[in-house]
Amino acid sequence: MAHIPDGVLSLPVLAAATLAGAGGLALGVRQLGDRDIPRTALLAAVFFIASSLAVPLGPTSVHLLLGGLIGLMLGWKAFPAIFVGLLLQALLFGFGGLTVLGVDLLNMALPGVLLAMAVRPFVRAGRPAQAAALAGGAGALSVLITAGLVGLEIALSEPSFAPAIGVMALAYLPLAGIEALVTAFVTLYLLKVKPEMIGASAFIGSSP
Amino acid sequence: MATDVTYAEAPVSPLDRLDTRTRIVVAVALVLALVSLRSWMLLGTAILLGLALTMLAGVSPRQTVRRLLHVEGFLLILFVALPLLTSLPPFIEVGPLSLSVPGLERAVTLVLRISAAALVVLPLVSGLTPIRLGHALGRFGLPARLVQVFLFSIRYIELLRAEARRLHDAMRLRGFRPATNLHTLKSYGHFIGQLLVRAVERAERVDEAMRCRGFAGRFPLVTLERLGLVDFVAAALTALLVSTALLMDRL
Repeated sequence: MAHIPDGVLSLPVLAAATLAGAGGLALGVRQLGDRDIPRTALLAAVFFIASSLAVPLGPTSVHLLLGGLIGLMLGWKAFPAIFVGLLLQALLFGFGGLTVLGVDLLNMALPGVLLAMAVRPFVRAGRPAQAAALAGGAGALSVLITAGLVGLEIALSEPSFAPAIGVMALAYLPLAGIEALVTAFVTLYLLKVKPEMIGASAFIGSSP
Repeated sequence: MATDVTYAEAPVSPLDRLDTRTRIVVAVALVLALVSLRSWMLLGTAILLGLALTMLAGVSPRQTVRRLLHVEGFLLILFVALPLLTSLPPFIEVGPLSLSVPGLERAVTLVLRISAAALVVLPLVSGLTPIRLGHALGRFGLPARLVQVFLFSIRYIELLRAEARRLHDAMRLRGFRPATNLHTLKSYGHFIGQLLVRAVERAERVDEAMRCRGFAGRFPLVTLERLGLVDFVAAALTALLVSTALLMDRL
């Protein structure tokens, strides 16, 4: 649902959001050292696979976005990782448009990156329960902000849509709840199994 | 789907004679032009053109229909809501609901536009394999590191998908059945966590192997693709088509 099809957004909205997405991508690529390449690629692969997991929700199922978790593990390098995922989804499954790639990238990467930046110090320092709760909160909130961005872009492109956006936003609430719990459980698991992987910004960060 | 990730023996279509870069540029140019079109007749023509391209590229009708359904599904809620909730002047009022003509018209324009865009992009992009796309990105001048992350991901998605399958089989053998409950979410959380751990451990080994071989930030991008006469003809045709359509729309 977070993928916008081609042809919906007006040119000014498309241009502005694509520029912003490209800016984030450039920032992320600048932080990529030679030694980050395999890590970023492998984490991108995991997130690609995890996002194709169908989580049952009543009679239907939803797909995870995992923006908060990606932000937490990769920082700005979430942009290149999500870019790779979006390209492959567009190519292999036909999800999302071609001209809106930059926009989708912005919508899915930015909320997680910024929220993770805010909670990372506490996740690193805190007790497991606190870390999991914060990570889960960031996960849920990043879904809602992604939904908000999608809605905003559509409303700006076609102002008469604005009243319908609220209806669409409701559809994201259950996903936000599911993301919160899954992100929290992943965080708890990583804290137990490989604590250096979560929260420590230096983990993926520095190249020698 | 699993095997196309690393290499798909894509059937050869006439469109394959074009350079990958040309295909992407043409697709983007056509969609950008579609966004500015308002005339239903022109949008209809674009849909026909898209259908012709789809047939030329040999995309199966099933794939085309699936793609269209996916795209329209996105806006289903909006389509239902638009004529009912729009702030434009109402047409018919039934209690609190009002059906507005301008709202309906915009909804129709949007359906036409989105369908046309999907039909134009599908044939130009669907035959591409990920590796071809990765190399084209490199030749577009995208940062080498980004292209490397993309090409590495293609490779490791395949491997990690096999890991994911094993983990999933193990879960099923222990009687796991996904449902709407906390246990499912917890299991999926651990599943994703374990995949992440394995991925990072593998990344460490890959990194060591790369350093052993003296990786210095560069891989050669091997490709046989060259910009040829066909590409210039395609580009010229696209430019002509786009400018004619935009002119006719304004008149």
